[in-house]
Amino acid sequence: MNRNAADAASDPRDEIVDHLPAMRAFALSLTRNGTAADDLVQDTIVKAWKNIDKFSAGTNMRAWLFTILRNTFYSDRRKSKREVADVDGAMAATLSQKPDHDGRMALADFEAVFTELPSEQREALMLVGAMGFSYEEAAETCEVAVGTIKSRVNRGRLRLTELLGLVDDEELELTDKSTMAVVNATLTSKRHIA
Amino acid sequence: MEREKTKSGLERQIEENLKKVYKKTIEEDVPDRFAELLKQLKEQDATK
Repeated sequence: MNRNAADAASDPRDEIVDHLPAMRAFALSLTRNGTAADDLVQDTIVKAWKNIDKFSAGTNMRAWLFTILRNTFYSDRRKSKREVADVDGAMAATLSQKPDHDGRMALADFEAVFTELPSEQREALMLVGAMGFSYEEAAETCEVAVGTIKSRVNRGRLRLTELLGLVDDEELELTDKSTMAVVNATLTSKRHIA
Repeated sequence: MEREKTKSGLERQIEENLKKVYKKTIEEDVPDRFAELLKQLKEQDATK
C-alpha cells in the first residue's frame, strides 16, 4: 500500500459502482445486445481501474467512464469489422403497428427504429436526449466538436421522425392556422365581392 | 422551462421515448459480476 489513509478514503474508483446502471444503458445503446453491453461495461471497468491516474479528481466521472466505454466499443468494432454496414444506417425496422391517431408512437416501435440509427446518432441522442448531457458535455465525452454533436442529434431526430412517420403537433397547428388564414381571407374577399 | 416551451412536440415525443428506453435499463438490477470484478481488482491492488 503506497497510498495514505486520506487517499484511500477518497479513491475515485469507489465511485465507479454508482455509474454502473448508466454505463450499462449507454453500452446497450451502442451494442444493441445485452450480453455484448455487459462485456463492454466489464472491459470499461478494468480500463478505468488501471487508468485512474488519468482521471482528474472533481471532474465528471460519468463522462470520463463513457469516453472509455465508447472508445472501447469503436476500437473493438474496428477490429471485428462486423458492423461496417451500420454506419449508413440499415433498413427501417418493420413496424409492428402504425402510429396512433395522435401521431404518438409505441415504445417498442421507437426502440426498433432507434437501433437502426448509426451508432454516432444513437450515442448522441442517448447522451443529450435521455441522460440530460449538455451538448458541451456530450461533445467532450465523444471527443468531437459541439457542432458535430448538435448535427448528430438533429440528424438522429430527423431520421426517427421519418422512420416512424411522425407528425409534429405544432407544425399541424401552424398549418391549421395558415389554412384558416387563407380561408378567412377568401371568405372576407368573397364577402367583399358580395 | 423556457427551453421546454420552445421544443417542438416532436422533439418532446422523441425525448420522452429516449428517456423510457434509458429508464428501462437503469432500473434493471446490476449483475453480480460487476461487484465481483470490482472486488477482484481491489484485491489485486492490495497484494501488489
